[in-house]
Amino acid sequence: MNDDQKHHDHDHDHEEKSPQAIRTEALESLLIEKGLLSEHAVDDVIANYAQRVGPMNGALLVARAWTDAEFKQRLLSNATQAIAEYDFQGGQVDHLVVVENTPERHNAVVCTLCSCYPWAVLGLPPKWYKDPAYRSRIVREPRALLAEMGLPLDKKIEIRVWDSSAEVRYMVLPMRPAHTEGMTQDELAALVSRDSMIGVEVLEASSRAGQPS
Amino acid sequence: MDGIHDLGGKHGYGKVDRQAGAPTFAAIWEAKVFAIMMATGAAGAWKNSDQFRHFVEKIEPAAYLSHGYYGRWLGGAETALVEAGLIESEQLSARVEQLGGSGGDLIAARPQLRGQSINRETPSVSRARTAQRDVDAGLFSVGDAVLTSSEVKPGHTRLPAYARNKVGEIVTIHGGWVYPDSNAHGLGEQPKQLYTVKFASSELWGETSQYAEANVSVYLDLFEPYLQSDSVNEC
Repeated sequence: MNDDQKHHDHDHDHEEKSPQAIRTEALESLLIEKGLLSEHAVDDVIANYAQRVGPMNGALLVARAWTDAEFKQRLLSNATQAIAEYDFQGGQVDHLVVVENTPERHNAVVCTLCSCYPWAVLGLPPKWYKDPAYRSRIVREPRALLAEMGLPLDKKIEIRVWDSSAEVRYMVLPMRPAHTEGMTQDELAALVSRDSMIGVEVLEASSRAGQPS
Repeated sequence: MDGIHDLGGKHGYGKVDRQAGAPTFAAIWEAKVFAIMMATGAAGAWKNSDQFRHFVEKIEPAAYLSHGYYGRWLGGAETALVEAGLIESEQLSARVEQLGGSGGDLIAARPQLRGQSINRETPSVSRARTAQRDVDAGLFSVGDAVLTSSEVKPGHTRLPAYARNKVGEIVTIHGGWVYPDSNAHGLGEQPKQLYTVKFASSELWGETSQYAEANVSVYLDLFEPYLQSDSVNEC
């Protein structure tokens, strides 16, 4: 059984398919018949975006910035140039701007008009980054929304919300957690979540940090 | 267009449903939509991301809210394919019924009749890796106060409604970029200067609003035609 058949069988396991799932299958079959879509295209998408492109690229940049002051400077002054050496695949980083969170200033990223996030460093965004609740509220009431999401910020902390309305893509450089001195870049990268890189989470040296890797 | 997609600042959407650990594709059909979106572009049904974004903006508003992200892309891709004449809506609906779907389900796509979409005759297909282009020096400098346009446009634009007719400050000059307002409609790239503009929360939501906080601001990337010099603040 090839992968394609497995996918189809998997679908048939569900008792009720959503109308969108059925319409997608109908469109897929028409496009394959017309030679406009390859039968392997969906497997390629899954291999590329669900497995290869993920937030680890961004986490790598963050961990390096925490441990390499010269790189951090380059990342903050011109992220597009600073990441060129990595040749990250996945797109949406043609013009990347990295903004730094500090004890005095918190940055958060959104796209209120559609769903623009830097795929090559964050991976494909989870559903809620693109849902109406986050998109509508983070620009209007960022402090209240972040508190509701488990990130209370003192009134004294400045908040900057970056609404990606053109082709510039934004990524947050989160603060390095305390008690992580002596960790390697790889160990640090493992602490960095995707959510921290859009500024809806502050990192702590989690239980993972204390465990042998 | 003043569409359902323009969500910034709107009320009523409730709590953020943050599904920790959710997979990239919650179901196989979502990955299929991703593949269809890319194939639809390769087939020439949309020529650039500005145009695809506009196809998504034009879907049925209730579907925009209820069909989820990949449901919106499905609507955008179907609209693009029908408007390009590559498939017919009836053909697709017939296939849906063959697969056990109902003809009564809400369909996201709302294609206009072929040839009725706005100026799609000469869409730009760029081989360039980015949408950055050379343009002459812009009108504004860092620190300038600018007033955003109050104009409501029927087509694609990247000035969100919540930032119309507001005063902000230029904080970054990004050089020339393809202008989505023309490129989405086959009117060419017409590159324009792009600026990051900082808006105080009191300016966006009103000084007496509960959403106005002195140390909260929103940064938007705006094209020069959206902006004019704010003479009041400069006097």
